[in-house]
Amino acid sequence: MSSATATAPNYELIPQDGLETNLLEVSMGPHHPSTHGVFRMDVKLDGETVVDLKPVFGYLHRNHEKLAENMSYLSSMPFTDRLDYFNSMTNNWAYALAAEKLVEIEIPERAEYLRVVMAELTRLVNHVSLVGFFANDLGALGTPLLYAFREREKILDLFEQASGARMMCNYLRFGGLRCDVPNGWLDRAQEVVDRFPFFLDEYEKLLCENEIILSRTQGVGCLSRELATSAGITGPMLRASGVNYDLRKVDAYGIYDRFNFRVPYGEVGDCYDRFMVRMLEMRESLEILKQALKDIPEGPIMGNAPRVFKPKPREVYGRIEGPKGELGFYIIADGTPKPYRYRVRPPSFVNLTVLRDMCLGQKVADTVVILGSIDIVLGEVDR
Amino acid sequence: MNILGGGIFSGMAVTLKNFVRSYFDKSRLTTNDYSWQPDGELPKSIGEYPREEGEQLSETTTITNYSRNFPMLLHDDGEPMDTVRCVACQICERECPPQCIYIEKSTEKKERDGGKPQFYPAKFDIDVSVCMSCQICVEVCPFDAIVMNSQFELSSPDRFGGLLLRREDLLKSNDYYHKIHPEEAEARDKRIADEKAAKEAKKKAAAEAAKKKAEAKARDEGEKKGGAE
Repeated sequence: MSSATATAPNYELIPQDGLETNLLEVSMGPHHPSTHGVFRMDVKLDGETVVDLKPVFGYLHRNHEKLAENMSYLSSMPFTDRLDYFNSMTNNWAYALAAEKLVEIEIPERAEYLRVVMAELTRLVNHVSLVGFFANDLGALGTPLLYAFREREKILDLFEQASGARMMCNYLRFGGLRCDVPNGWLDRAQEVVDRFPFFLDEYEKLLCENEIILSRTQGVGCLSRELATSAGITGPMLRASGVNYDLRKVDAYGIYDRFNFRVPYGEVGDCYDRFMVRMLEMRESLEILKQALKDIPEGPIMGNAPRVFKPKPREVYGRIEGPKGELGFYIIADGTPKPYRYRVRPPSFVNLTVLRDMCLGQKVADTVVILGSIDIVLGEVDR
Repeated sequence: MNILGGGIFSGMAVTLKNFVRSYFDKSRLTTNDYSWQPDGELPKSIGEYPREEGEQLSETTTITNYSRNFPMLLHDDGEPMDTVRCVACQICERECPPQCIYIEKSTEKKERDGGKPQFYPAKFDIDVSVCMSCQICVEVCPFDAIVMNSQFELSSPDRFGGLLLRREDLLKSNDYYHKIHPEEAEARDKRIADEKAAKEAKKKAAAEAAKKKAEAKARDEGEKKGGAE
């Protein structure tokens, strides 16, 4: 695919042996088990080949942005957990980062380190469950997913001990964290980090050179470098298409400039590359975690945040490299305790826009795999 | 492996190996790797959450010491309504993101142990079918009156009344709080004591400064008088 905007191939229906053939329209979803939530794909098929695809979403719309404009800045923090419900910690961070730009707050060292630890643990949670779901989409029902969830559970237990909740953590605050981690938490985290590579070894051995995975994913759903950059794709999906772009390196928000890690990226941009980029990214996250857990200092965890959060009129955009891509919060403050405008730039929504271009000309069973490799969460797409 | 479909056979071989070996080696049953069993012992009956032997369902049935579920109102030792910390300031009601708290302020003030008369909540309802356990109410409370409970067995056949917790359901003693969240409760008690001590020290300093000022004034006046003579 060389052109930036792909069009549907011009299919001419060839009548065979005098029989008249027709395109078949299939509605996949909204409750199709492969669609990762309530999401519908209107697929037009010629035999088994996808001729046209229309994504339909909005079933999970919860009015997140307008709700946030009608409540105080702090009150919408728990709602950000529910955007991408796999990665509540990074969602919190993106929002906190935007709000911290509104009022200058110095964040204590320990809080910065703990934020990095939490964000990288979240990345592990996301990637490990994505890989499990991806194998699930390929037809390996259950087993790889449950292996992945077994590891995810250990990290969720860490989240629970730190924040009180497993998924809806609501842990970060403007200027730091809500509370310090309990005694012995860092040792437990270290243990999880030390044991994780063994799991990854096993998982890579099981999946990465698996014959079925290779034949189902290699060369399927190619996303060209040009299309990826022009469509605003971010995160592992962009890197799989061969663009070395990671906000942790580009923006170096927080204290990411202190850590030594590599950014894996692919060449072809097919489903296998997207899968492998995530597998490799988990190793790099473990590298960051090792360094962060070693250097973490003692000290306060909350900066000099104002008691009443009432920023001066200003426009800010705060963004981080979430596990799915660039997660940004755009806030306009008008001097009141509520934001005037609050906008979320969700990575899964933007990444979903190229679904049609990737699916055209593929088989219908591959649309499921391609959708799985994008890594969407409908809570974030629909907001 | 070069044969087409050979991967399937090698995969099935792994499955078979694990299946047979799981009869001899319990650690092969990887799904039994429950994180709440630090000693690695298998739970008595798989699929049941850990509960003390013979323990009945009670308010102490909790998951871990860190988990949070729904809010509760704290009172100190003594009759709950005489020692309740809440003064019905309604900050939590205003800040609650899903708006699940309803408070009615009392009409008259009531004296608490060792404090000046304060209002108290005549009504304090939390609709737990709406509450999303975000803990914002705990953070904004200036009196440490509302904290998170971790009791989760709240199912009820009544969809509306059963899930609406009244003031009487929400009132819990500080001892109970220490039982379910020991670390957090200790830190909170320490902070309250520190704040109280700091306040008293400030009061004392202020009183002393006032005394000194009065003395200085008296001396000044005395000197003035002396000068006049």
